[in-house]
Amino acid sequence: MESWLAIVVGFMYAAGFFMLLRRSLMKVIIGLSIFTHGANLLLFTAGNVTRVGDGVQLPIVPHGAAALTGAYADPLPQALVLTAIVISFGIQAFALVLVRRAYQAVGSDDLDRMTSTDTEEGALLHELPRRRGSVRGFLPWRRTRAA
Amino acid sequence: MVWILISLVVAALFAPLVTRLAGRSCGRVLALVPAAACAWFATRIPAVAAGERLVEPVAWAPSLGVSADLALDGLSLVFALLVTGIGALTMVYARGYIGNDPRLGRLNATLLVFMTAMLGLVLSDDLVTAFVFWELTSVSSYLLVGYDHANPKARAAALQALLITGAGGLCLLCGVILIGSVGGTYSVAELVASGDVLRESSLYLPILLLVLGGCFTKSAQLPFHFWLPGAMAAPTPVSAYLHSATMVKAGVYLLARLSPALGGTDEWLALLVSFGAATMVYSAVVAFFQTDMKRILAYTSVSALGTLVMLLGIGTADAAAAATAYLIVHALYKCALFHVAGIVDHECGTRDVDRLGRLSRAMPITCVAACLAVLSMAGLPPFLGASAKSLVGHAEHALHMGPVEWAAMLTVLMTFAVGALLVWRTFFGRRDGEDLPKHPHEAPIDLWFSPLLLGSLGLVLGFFWGPLAHHLLEPAAAAIAPGVAPELHVHATAGAYALKAALAAVGLALYVKRRPVVRALRLWSVLAWFGPERFYDRGLVAIEWVARAVTRRLQSGSLRTYLAIVLASTMVLAGYPLLKNGVPLPPSGSFDIRVHEAAIVLAMVLATVFVMATSSRLAAIAALGIVGAGMSVTFLFFGAPDLAKTQLAIETLSVLLFLFILYRLPPLRQLSTRLQVWRDVVLSITVGGFFALLVWGLTSVDGASRLSPFFAENSLALGKGHNVVNVILVDFRGIDTMGEITVLAVAALGVLGLMRVHVRERSAS
Repeated sequence: MESWLAIVVGFMYAAGFFMLLRRSLMKVIIGLSIFTHGANLLLFTAGNVTRVGDGVQLPIVPHGAAALTGAYADPLPQALVLTAIVISFGIQAFALVLVRRAYQAVGSDDLDRMTSTDTEEGALLHELPRRRGSVRGFLPWRRTRAA
Repeated sequence: MVWILISLVVAALFAPLVTRLAGRSCGRVLALVPAAACAWFATRIPAVAAGERLVEPVAWAPSLGVSADLALDGLSLVFALLVTGIGALTMVYARGYIGNDPRLGRLNATLLVFMTAMLGLVLSDDLVTAFVFWELTSVSSYLLVGYDHANPKARAAALQALLITGAGGLCLLCGVILIGSVGGTYSVAELVASGDVLRESSLYLPILLLVLGGCFTKSAQLPFHFWLPGAMAAPTPVSAYLHSATMVKAGVYLLARLSPALGGTDEWLALLVSFGAATMVYSAVVAFFQTDMKRILAYTSVSALGTLVMLLGIGTADAAAAATAYLIVHALYKCALFHVAGIVDHECGTRDVDRLGRLSRAMPITCVAACLAVLSMAGLPPFLGASAKSLVGHAEHALHMGPVEWAAMLTVLMTFAVGALLVWRTFFGRRDGEDLPKHPHEAPIDLWFSPLLLGSLGLVLGFFWGPLAHHLLEPAAAAIAPGVAPELHVHATAGAYALKAALAAVGLALYVKRRPVVRALRLWSVLAWFGPERFYDRGLVAIEWVARAVTRRLQSGSLRTYLAIVLASTMVLAGYPLLKNGVPLPPSGSFDIRVHEAAIVLAMVLATVFVMATSSRLAAIAALGIVGAGMSVTFLFFGAPDLAKTQLAIETLSVLLFLFILYRLPPLRQLSTRLQVWRDVVLSITVGGFFALLVWGLTSVDGASRLSPFFAENSLALGKGHNVVNVILVDFRGIDTMGEITVLAVAALGVLGLMRVHVRERSAS
């Protein structure tokens, strides 16, 4: 099963990364969310994953026992992932509000047109060229420039 | 001694308040604290002279071998007396000089902080503690030089002083750590007692160079000397106290302190004597070409520091005693002269020697103080300077090195010329017609008190050479060069007097012919273009340029750039160890899957694909919810009910949040060109493939945590909880959870802040 999960992790990373590279702000936020799922699943899978049942117990000390013995699901990655889930929620909430606020201020949801932090009219008034097959903006580290 | 340090800190804390309440007399009130400290140290003189070493153990971090032990021996005592005594006079003088400036409270507080740091430095027995105080003197010096913070020149000078002494401080820290690891202790007393351990170590040369790097920058030796004349941008009381009498001597102090453990080798002798002598003669000559009184004094201070370093390099008991004597004399006369320069500046509005002249009539008391100080500086009997200089001369002579003696003679000669320039020109010389910015008149008592006292001390102590030598110089010399008693009896021969008279004559002749000499040598100023200061300026510009270039590349403001950098670094850093032993293959038997698991995984993948493809916001959010729920179910299948619950709760909240914001955002748009989409597809598949490989690599090694059995065993016993995951979160790794909560709180504050901005704007419009 680990290998299937590994493939899912890779897929989540790929999908999240693809969405993060979009110019639409909304898609970037969605990408962040998918990326987070991928990272959490990576942490979870990297510690041994075990199916419950078949003699493997939950990481909970049974009543009457003094300690957890025998085979059990590894509690440590679970604790780490739990922290990560909560933190990612905080980040996501902040990012969402930030995006909403930025959209309001700049008046554009296009990352490539958000060249300034506080100019409402500076949110590039002219339309960017969108020619099919244009090589402009191919290099990922170059921001697409207005013609 | 701890109480002295504490009371100084307390005085610093209350200094702004006292300054406001006490008004005119605040300087005198605040001076009581260092004056009392000085008196206490004075009462220790007999005990220390009898050979005692007063130790006050203070525990700091015993597990690291670091203590804050304070120790008072002859060397520390001399410095402690100077720091507290001159410190008290500085507090009085500062009030008179600064006047009713609202920043006076801050200045007083910073001066007291500096005093604490300097006193702590000379009293601490432990090198780590000493280093902390050392850095504190640099920081307080930065604040004091930059006192006039509205003036860009003062800010630049403060930064220059901080950067150079700070860089030296880093060197020193490395040196201290090496000393600690070689010698096995940070305690100076133990290091000295351990004999040749440091000198015989293979790390001796690095240690020596690093320590010298710290001491030479602090004590303004060539080629790091230029920050000291620059630091004259500080108010005069600060220049007098820090940049002449005390702080710049911290480097000298540390050299003296470490000399029994590090000194006495050929390297020590060669480095200290050559750098010291070069600094001594170079600065003495350069001083003559200045016209600003403070800059003249700054260069003569650098020259004196060079002399002290050279004497410590010679390292004999005689040289050590000469260094101590010269240190005391220099502190007395140089501080007095700085104060005189401050008075002249204060009362005449300028301190340019070419504009000044004939001030003796207008300010007689200041004139007397200046004459007393300069005669001590020139080393004329019966002043204390005479005996000190005579000892210095003997120590230099005993070295039997021609160049050093020539350099020393040239320095003495220049001292006469500079002394005449400073005092004769200012107080008795002809004033060239031009009116001074202010009408000169005598300064108030707060100002002339300290130079007069210091100048008189130079004269009076000259008559008490014997007791002084016995009570202060001998114990200090014993701390610097233990074992041998120094020869302190000053016996001047007729030849020595004749030589001195000849040098004085030449020096005074140089002064008389100053204008032609300066004009003839003006071409030399071209050399400044190749000087270390230019190197510093260029270096600063280069650092800024590199920083700007790096920032422009890395902090471009483009999300894609950030992502590319982060992911590329991750892939390189994690990829190398991962692929070093070949591509990891999935472990055997890891592809088994049950139907319900396959269904969930498939649902998650399909939902993700749908999210990417759809242009409907609502549909995207719903599909994201499915992915989150799938995560939750996956957690449940693999024995993580807590994760499943949390994920489900968070997912619900996320969907709600998305829905709230959703209709305030534009619809999902396809903005990229087809080429960009394909580029991103390729990049994403690379990233995804890498992470899949990473997980394969991670699961194929034995992933059983070595920590988990501990948690499983002790969850109930120590954490009193049945649910191991929960116990880890709130107990074993409680601080992590604390951090997590902090992140949430910060995010919540950020959200609130962003929302409020919005509200305010709307109500405004």
